Amino acid sequence: MRRLLGFAVGLILALLLTLFAGENPFHVFMILVRSAFGSMYDLGLTLSYTTPLIFCGLSVAIGFHAGLFNIGAEGQLTMATVTAAAVGVLFPQVPFPIAPLFAFICALFVGGLWGFIPGWLRAVRGSHEVIITIMMNFIAAGLASWFALKVIPNPNSQNPETAVVSANYLFKDYDLIARWFPDTPANASLGVAIVLAVLVWIFLWKTTWGYQLRAVGSNPEAAHRGGISEKKTLMIAMTLAGAFAGCVALSEVMGSSGQYRVGFSPDYGFIGIAVALLANNNPLGIIAAAFLMGALHKGASDLDLETTTITRDFSRIIQALIILGVAAQAYWEHLRARKGKK
Amino acid sequence: MDMFLVLTTLVLATLRLATPLVFASMGGMMSERSGIVNVALESFMLVGAFVGAVGAYYAGHAWIGWLAALVAGLLIGALYALFVIELKADQIVTGMAFNLLAMGVIPFITKILFNSTGSTPPIAVETRFYFEPLVMAGLLVAGLTWWLRQTRSGLWLLFAGEHPEALQASGVSVRKVRWTAVTLSGAFAAWGGASLSLFLASSYSPMMTGGRGFMALAALIFGKWKPLPAFAACLFFAFVDALQIRLQGMQIAGMEIPVQFVQILPYIVTIIALAGFIGASRPPKALGKEF
Repeated sequence: MRRLLGFAVGLILALLLTLFAGENPFHVFMILVRSAFGSMYDLGLTLSYTTPLIFCGLSVAIGFHAGLFNIGAEGQLTMATVTAAAVGVLFPQVPFPIAPLFAFICALFVGGLWGFIPGWLRAVRGSHEVIITIMMNFIAAGLASWFALKVIPNPNSQNPETAVVSANYLFKDYDLIARWFPDTPANASLGVAIVLAVLVWIFLWKTTWGYQLRAVGSNPEAAHRGGISEKKTLMIAMTLAGAFAGCVALSEVMGSSGQYRVGFSPDYGFIGIAVALLANNNPLGIIAAAFLMGALHKGASDLDLETTTITRDFSRIIQALIILGVAAQAYWEHLRARKGKK
Repeated sequence: MDMFLVLTTLVLATLRLATPLVFASMGGMMSERSGIVNVALESFMLVGAFVGAVGAYYAGHAWIGWLAALVAGLLIGALYALFVIELKADQIVTGMAFNLLAMGVIPFITKILFNSTGSTPPIAVETRFYFEPLVMAGLLVAGLTWWLRQTRSGLWLLFAGEHPEALQASGVSVRKVRWTAVTLSGAFAAWGGASLSLFLASSYSPMMTGGRGFMALAALIFGKWKPLPAFAACLFFAFVDALQIRLQGMQIAGMEIPVQFVQILPYIVTIIALAGFIGASRPPKALGKEF
């Protein structure tokens, strides 16, 4: 509940900022709400942002549970998405039910690898995972744009994007969610995201591995004495984080566009941090938090059109202030703990 | 081109490109030596680059831009201190939120001021710096080296990050030391940013820091949180960056290396540096622990 208060404080502060731009905060708020939920079309777009945010929220959260800060979800999802697109373009003959699964497994593998590398470096060499993952984000962006521009460019477009995968790789025809929201990129991978969130919840709280992961995150020394290998756990956690972020390939390539487009992600990886934080790293809470942040993102997209001075970049301000609002909640816990001592 | 000329231009480019890194790295040192993790350096640099360019544009003078960047840096540094020291917010989470905030607020302001999508109008050539920030970066490193070793307040900084309890027991307020250090950290990193927009370029363009705040942090870790070794690490990263710019479009064995491969070189080198060499580098004991 207190986290929702932090969310509200951040949102209100951001809206008050619009006064400086000569806008009416209430008017801006109404634009956000209407643009996010106003029609089935708007809701479809909101849901299409929610799906990758669930994946990224889970990615960041699993890192947090192991005591790691995964800033690398953006790079992990980029590499996975390019991989899925490349597989779909380079192996057009694979028949339908196997094709999307094949591309998905390849994407998970590459996303997982992009998480494993910083996990391994942290566990074995003690390297700072925040800096390593950020550097890997830049590297992923470079490699992906090289793929999109030089290796498998889209012959029918001037945009920096890969060619479209063969139709066997798309599951559109069997997609119930896509049918409810025509003309939007919303697709059945939303269901996959929700199922994955439930599975992660079960993993973390009902399995030995999940317990070990949380033990390393909350008290590495005690975990070590309890016979848990910290190194192994860190590597597993980051590999899983990379694979979760890599799931974005499913919603982006197999579910909707069928290609990798440079800049398709509005920093899903970074918004994932806000999602995980808002949900207190609880996988089930992440579903709701991702929906809220997805709605904010979609809501901000209409600010360009409906106000004179505020652009969609404004969603970044809102996200940042929400993160700060939630992060500052620690202060109240601190105060309460101090009162308890006295 | 003869070899001598190539080497000279490479050395000069290295020094120029090192300047923003050195400022940011020294800023990072102030904060982290006092015990506060600082991944917000990137945002401090962005703000400094932006405010510097805006100040120089309106005042028609680079020094005014520099001064404006100083003030902005002190303010954002103090804001960061408020969150991590007073409100006890998680240092890494707050740092990342600051980076996001800078990425959102700057386009918001450019839209209001210049009706542009995130960049500032170019400043006149004669209002640009020619070499001044480079000299100042050198002086800053020398000054900090001396200050840390020879002064009482320098010792306070080290103790705030190593044994805050001992410092508190000797009657010095750890909170005040950390506040001062983090605020100054903002100023130094903002100068680093301003040297990007007033020295390496002549306007602010979106995301012009390109991860330099994190590279400065890497240089700090690489340099074992000491000014001179961190300075050397900055020179090394800047050299790779200069090399990267030179390599673009170059033919090697009859083949052109894709520009994207060349551009990611500094990031790869940063990872290798962090993974391969530091080994026993030990952060300040109280780094990241609230007090």
